[in-house]
Amino acid sequence: MGRWKVLALAGVAAMVLAATGCGGGGDGGGNTLVFGSAADPTALDGALISDGESIRVLYQMTEGLTRLKPGTSEVIPSLAVDWTTSDDGLAWTFNLREDVTFHDGTPFNAEAVCFNFDRWFNFPAALQGEGTTYYWQFGFGGGFKNPAEGSPGPDASLFKSCEAVDDQTVTINLTKPSATILSTLTLPSLAIASPTALQEYDADAGSQNADGIFQPSGTYATEHPTGTGPYKFESWTLGEQLVLVRNDDYWGDKAETEKIIFRPISDNTARLQALQTGEIQGYDLVEPQDVETIEGDGSLQLLERPPFNVGYVTINQAKPPMDNLLVRQAVAHALNRPEVVDSFYAGRGIVATQFMPQEIQGYADDVVTYDYDPAKSKQLLQQAGLTMPVEIEFWYPTDVSRDYMPDPKRNFEAFAADLNKAGFKVVPKTAPWRPDYVSKVNDGTAGQLNLIGWIADFADADNFIGTFFQVPSAQFGFTNQEIHDLLNEAEQESDPDARTQLYQEANRKIMEFLPGIPYVYAKAALAFDSDVQGFVPSPVGVGGESFSTVSTGDEGSDESETTETG
Amino acid sequence: MLQFVVRRLLLLVPILLGLSILLFLWIRALPGGPAESLLGERATPEAVEQIERQYGLDRPIWEQYLRYLRRLVHGDLGTSIASRRPVTEEIQRRFPATIELAMFAMLFAISFGVPLGFFAAKRYGSPMDHGSLVASLIGISIPVFFLAILLKYVFSVKLGLLPTIGRQDVLIDAEHPTGFYVLDGIITLNPEAAWDAMMHLLLPAIALGSIPLAIIARITRASVLDVQNEDYVRTARAKGVSSSIVDRRHVFRNAMLPVVTIIGLQMGLLLSGAILTETVFAIPGMGTWLAGAIENRDYPVLQGGILFVALVFVLVNLIVDVSYAYLDPRIRVS
Repeated sequence: MGRWKVLALAGVAAMVLAATGCGGGGDGGGNTLVFGSAADPTALDGALISDGESIRVLYQMTEGLTRLKPGTSEVIPSLAVDWTTSDDGLAWTFNLREDVTFHDGTPFNAEAVCFNFDRWFNFPAALQGEGTTYYWQFGFGGGFKNPAEGSPGPDASLFKSCEAVDDQTVTINLTKPSATILSTLTLPSLAIASPTALQEYDADAGSQNADGIFQPSGTYATEHPTGTGPYKFESWTLGEQLVLVRNDDYWGDKAETEKIIFRPISDNTARLQALQTGEIQGYDLVEPQDVETIEGDGSLQLLERPPFNVGYVTINQAKPPMDNLLVRQAVAHALNRPEVVDSFYAGRGIVATQFMPQEIQGYADDVVTYDYDPAKSKQLLQQAGLTMPVEIEFWYPTDVSRDYMPDPKRNFEAFAADLNKAGFKVVPKTAPWRPDYVSKVNDGTAGQLNLIGWIADFADADNFIGTFFQVPSAQFGFTNQEIHDLLNEAEQESDPDARTQLYQEANRKIMEFLPGIPYVYAKAALAFDSDVQGFVPSPVGVGGESFSTVSTGDEGSDESETTETG
Repeated sequence: MLQFVVRRLLLLVPILLGLSILLFLWIRALPGGPAESLLGERATPEAVEQIERQYGLDRPIWEQYLRYLRRLVHGDLGTSIASRRPVTEEIQRRFPATIELAMFAMLFAISFGVPLGFFAAKRYGSPMDHGSLVASLIGISIPVFFLAILLKYVFSVKLGLLPTIGRQDVLIDAEHPTGFYVLDGIITLNPEAAWDAMMHLLLPAIALGSIPLAIIARITRASVLDVQNEDYVRTARAKGVSSSIVDRRHVFRNAMLPVVTIIGLQMGLLLSGAILTETVFAIPGMGTWLAGAIENRDYPVLQGGILFVALVFVLVNLIVDVSYAYLDPRIRVS
């Protein structure tokens, strides 16, 4: 029996010794930033991805012809220094930055640009699935030069051809005028990669298996992604770490931090705890309930992203009495939007006045607004000749949380109570987000009113109100030629100022016409160790956030705190 | 004995076949598919249809199953929709992490559970016995993820003693020839890496091992109490054998028989418990992988991954049965 006691004691002692033997942290690696991501990237080939984690990493390594000014949605030069467009708006000529080399040492020039565009346009059948090359199809209309069965052909493509005029000048020819092309080119998915590396490591090789999934056989996207950016690829151990190192030959300002390590941590609490212990120095996707903890901790900081989304109540005019403007106005006055935004967004919501946030060019300061006023709602309903209460079907999704509605049910309950007080009688309807809800909303079968919203792909008014209202849709159930035409005109206008004015005009018209009630722009947040400086959150999120300006405060010159070195 | 093993192995075929059908149907019964996950707000009926066509999900379900089965018999588990990597390749990389965690958890459960149960039985009715009962009830009833978060909060966030995520400090230089990180550290003669890997395993192993610990302690206690009153124990004592030898040779050995069975069964259950533990500790094993696949409706991963876990579960049970027969001559005879 004595032996057992000894064994048990030894066990306990071993545990205690083990526990005290080693420090928990692990950020003592000098000039290294460890960032907690939510998952591994899918692949490190911009053309073949559409997920945020891939974009986050790619944005550090690769660059497009244009990019967004940090922290804004303003398009500025990147690999192109300036550009001109032909009178018909079909030919865009870009002057390229000189003395830029890819990470593999090969030169960046007009031929490299055309190589990338030709690659996208000529994608083989295996890469033509919408799930495989989403952003090329989205940004350039979806057509392929050699379409596989079921894929759209060249006539559907916005891209026509690419010409290398000389070494530093490239012309991109379009099939029709487009003013969104400069914004589109900021997408990390359309960044310029090294033609040599793409070929050497077989970026396009692979097959679409019987499940329709593209399975690459080359190693470009997993081991040899090669761009021109401030960081270059070092290594990637799936599930554990992805390491980037500073590109010392970068054409612009060199990165502050020598190394960035991305660690995938899917659990929210785990990310917060890892930040608290110093195992990581920053993470994205802070949950509303953690905001207070982070703000209350002097060694941590919270950074907010300007909003890039909108939450709104759809009004489906195909369902009477919603075709009556007075009824739509009654709905607008019935909803106590400030109350909902204050109560359910952990301080990160902004009350919306129109269908796009103010960071986007074309936002109008002077749209009609509708204050909370239930008495006025009743009056409007009376004026419309309806007997109260007016019965309306109001839908909300279950089993989902989106940036613009962390908890749809609470928004719904508050709004439904508001409507019931203002002369309506709400018939609540619900469906799970997957698979039915979104399809029903888009299909116009989700009641007179429903809760939905939008997270944009790129920073352009076209991606908000253009998507919603440029053509009649089943979701909103109306045709208003004035609004449709205005948005068409705006999309094709290539003069930025004129374009902004057209969108402002459209926003004013839309809010008068009231196809729905926008109520919130929600800011997402990132958390960092308070020593970390220089991170600029972007309204577009990961596709506009460079780590090259980030310093970790680890260099020690101005920091007396030296912890955890062994 | 050999015949027994062969028969059991042959039985695997119908089991796995049936399981693959159930899994296939169950996964497709989850609300929403990969298309809706991918599209979010953009899930118009047309867009959903296009993606379902791309992934062949518009075909009749039996046709999808036959296609899956055809590849399955060739050992091809398909390709992950999310990572575009072959499912078999992901299993190869992730399974060692889960096994390593499960073994450490079991080691923790056995080294504390068996002595706890044994002493509780020896001091039957004493405060220590009652104490062990309460402790094991707590062990069983605290949810694993809650315990995990609590442990991390105390030992890592507050005391700063242990790491909270992953399998290895990212700044350590370590080679991983086998994928079992502690073992890797030892065979590459890198004590720092082995130690670091062990530190990373400590909290997850305790969290995951808490339930098996409680069960093992209870079974050990009951079994020891049983055996203590057997005739052969009384005989041994009567003929004057010293009490520690009786405990060791007669009581303990015989009492361990049911405990071994339980250990084997728990080993299988640890695989499912690992899903939560791995997620909370960000360990890149089978658990985090499958949890992510459920979120994304990554059908090939769910089908292949769960089928593989089931296969392991069945095999572990087989080993338990075989070892039981080996340990207990009475079973072999009958």
